[in-house]
Amino acid sequence: MAHGPAKGFSRWLFTTNHKDIGSMYLWFSFAMFIIGGMFALVVRAELFEPGMQIVDPNFFNQMTTLHGLIMVFGAVMPAFVGLANWMIPMMIGAPDMALPRMNNWSFWILPFAFFMLLSTLFMEGGGPNFGWTFYAPLSTTYAPPSVTFFIFSIHIMGVSSIMGAINIIATVLNMRAPGMTLMKMPMFVWTWLITAYLLILVMPVLAGVVTMMLMDIHFGTSFFDAAGGGDPVLFQHVFWFFGHPEVYIMILPAFGIVSAIIPTFARKPLFGYASMVYATAAIGLLSFIVWAHHMFTVGMPVAGELFFMYATMLIAVPTGVKVFNWVATMFKGAMTFETPMLFSIAFVILFTIGGMSGLMLAIAPADFQYHDTYFVVAHFHYVLVPGAIFSITAGVYYWLPKWTGHMYNEVLGKTHFWLAFVGLNVTFFPMHFSGLAGMPRRIPDYHMMFADWNMISSVGALLFGGAQILFLYIVIATVVRGKKATMEVWENPEGLEWTVPSPAPYHTFITPPDVK
Amino acid sequence: MLNKARGLMAWLLGCALLMGSPATLAEYGKRWAFNMTSGVTPSSREIYSLHMQMFWWCVAVSVIVFGIMFVSMYLHRKSRGVKPANFHESTVLEVFWTAIPLIILTAMCVPATKSLIALYDTSEAKLDVVITGYQWRWKYDYLNEDLSFFSNLSTPREQIEGLAPKGPHYLLEVDEPLVVPINTKVRFLITAADVIHAWWVPALGIKKDAIPGFINESWAVIEEPGIYRGQCAELCGRDHGFMPIVVEAKTQEDYQAWLTEKQAAAEALAALTEKTFTFDELYERGQQVYGQWCVACHQAGGEGMPGIFPALKGGMSVGPIADHIDIVVNGSRGTAMQAFGSQLSEVDLAAVVTYERNAWGNNMGDMAQPIDIYNHKQGN
Repeated sequence: MAHGPAKGFSRWLFTTNHKDIGSMYLWFSFAMFIIGGMFALVVRAELFEPGMQIVDPNFFNQMTTLHGLIMVFGAVMPAFVGLANWMIPMMIGAPDMALPRMNNWSFWILPFAFFMLLSTLFMEGGGPNFGWTFYAPLSTTYAPPSVTFFIFSIHIMGVSSIMGAINIIATVLNMRAPGMTLMKMPMFVWTWLITAYLLILVMPVLAGVVTMMLMDIHFGTSFFDAAGGGDPVLFQHVFWFFGHPEVYIMILPAFGIVSAIIPTFARKPLFGYASMVYATAAIGLLSFIVWAHHMFTVGMPVAGELFFMYATMLIAVPTGVKVFNWVATMFKGAMTFETPMLFSIAFVILFTIGGMSGLMLAIAPADFQYHDTYFVVAHFHYVLVPGAIFSITAGVYYWLPKWTGHMYNEVLGKTHFWLAFVGLNVTFFPMHFSGLAGMPRRIPDYHMMFADWNMISSVGALLFGGAQILFLYIVIATVVRGKKATMEVWENPEGLEWTVPSPAPYHTFITPPDVK
Repeated sequence: MLNKARGLMAWLLGCALLMGSPATLAEYGKRWAFNMTSGVTPSSREIYSLHMQMFWWCVAVSVIVFGIMFVSMYLHRKSRGVKPANFHESTVLEVFWTAIPLIILTAMCVPATKSLIALYDTSEAKLDVVITGYQWRWKYDYLNEDLSFFSNLSTPREQIEGLAPKGPHYLLEVDEPLVVPINTKVRFLITAADVIHAWWVPALGIKKDAIPGFINESWAVIEEPGIYRGQCAELCGRDHGFMPIVVEAKTQEDYQAWLTEKQAAAEALAALTEKTFTFDELYERGQQVYGQWCVACHQAGGEGMPGIFPALKGGMSVGPIADHIDIVVNGSRGTAMQAFGSQLSEVDLAAVVTYERNAWGNNMGDMAQPIDIYNHKQGN
């Protein structure tokens, strides 16, 4: 009855199968993760000691810019879409995504977008060198000619994200198995549903802002040019209206992943399921009214500063609820510490540290000292690396046996965890100190008093990067061979994905399962 | 091998320097510094105290949350043979851990709001200084004092490229610091001429974006004489990392003496406009001006950077001299080339044009006199 996959390359080019597309998304994001990581290593190599040694300052700026863009749009977002593709249909008992052809298209435009973005590096004048936040007029009047390619590639990424988000909403709302009510859905499905709405609401705003840039550069408008009556601060308001929900887009699905893993290895149901759902929705809503906390130093009126300060601090409440619920889930459980659990526990601890520094940054007067320093760099790497990257890694280890039918090597997995954990903290913890001591971000050279912290960070970055090569080996080795995985893989895990064989057949839930 | 040896030498030299003069780094910070400065103004102290309060709240919450986590990771592990509990809901607990953070946050909002309102009060300043960010230098205009000047990085290129040992204020030193009197409310009016910059001096507790078309306000009352260093904090292009800020706070008498001296020097420079210079004088002066103002984009050999900054070796430098003067004085709209007419004196403009027309094998043989620049500005 079930059809197998087509043979050869056309299987991947024309596929409408959610599992194939999920795999392609995941491999693509890993490739981008490695490229973005190499850019970061160029940055860390130049910052290893004071003085200019390796690259020109202009190339340094291209590296910081592309590192940010590639990691956000190329590594983290596609990885979450890949996990959504693989897991959401299996978690809600659906045979596939609601819009399978669009699913194929939303993946296949991505490689072209990133090919175009990376090709700017080889153009005259170099690639984007204005930071991943591309503030005008540095990114318009003063930008290299390749900025037009950058704008076009952002447009394509936006189209891809919007199509992916529509697909997820359509799937979750229409394709659930009978009995799978909204409040029975796994947290990963819930968090992705909310994320998909955020994407649909903010990606057009990003498309709008880059289109305004395009008009300023080529068609003589002055949206962001003060000399023509425009407003450079308008750029920042529009950008961050996209940008702040964007950072939650990169963390909400992570909440869903660890909410699946922690109960499995604590052998105890998730504590406060309903409050987790409400907290996620609250975070999603609040994400739209806090954007200007990225702009405390632009000279807003004091009333504006106060509003954005209060609203930002409020986010700590639902986020705190989530952390407390995870801790309560572990409490009085019977825990074991397999690789996915290790990554999840590290997620809870390190993400909380990042959240704490976020709270400090929310205090507007104190932000006058923190803003645009390495303290901010430390903060957002603490929420994004242990937040997004660790949760994705945890999810891959957790579901890899289901995807491949093989168990990964637990010793190697734990080695990967410890290398990554140590590497991450050695890299990013000292950045709190160099930032507080006064080091601005995005500078290629610095005074000797920051030298020691920077040297430690650079060593840590090399370790963290090396750990990811081990990850690649583990995944390939698991795909090729390994101990056979059982249907349940873990001890009594919850969820429909554990009721199908390992590896999951090409088509699952052709007839809907019974959900009690 | 050679590099290794050099690295080791630099390390030893650094150690020696550190032990020899512990005070050299102290005025801005020191090695292994890990916390925010409490600074030298009421605002900076206020900010420091908010920072520490919030930090200790974070530490307290972390100790409790991580404490419970670690205890349960130790006690509630399967290898100890425990049976998992099955509780998974408690409205009381949810309300409790929603309310507690709300209370802490409210407690923090009160002092933060007070400080913010105080930081925004720029009224009744005794001295106004307009600060303008340029790629990649700062300009200071003393309103009502008829004094304005640029402040450029003064660290030699050899130190940046590792050809000379780095000085104690590497990348944090300028040719002309901003000088202000102590115990006086100074208002800073901050703007920019090209892209967005940010004026940041940690010891003063001030960071404010410098935005073209906007004038932002900030203020400081510096309580101790001294030299306070900072940097541009908003990415502003290639040399963002090379536009430091130095503020020198002097006693009222010393400040007045400095002001008189600066005003006299400005008059003397203006007088040079009428003088006729020899080719060699202009060439030599032009070389210095080029090294300070033009080299970042157009490069030491005049080769520029293809696609962003045009080459001056050949190109425009070998065209008509009137066009050359025009682009240097008025800039090129829509590009990174600024209008240097308002930034440099007539002498310096004439000198740099002369230099560019004759350096790197351009050999045009002609020159511009200060009076030519003056006439060009007047539209003759």
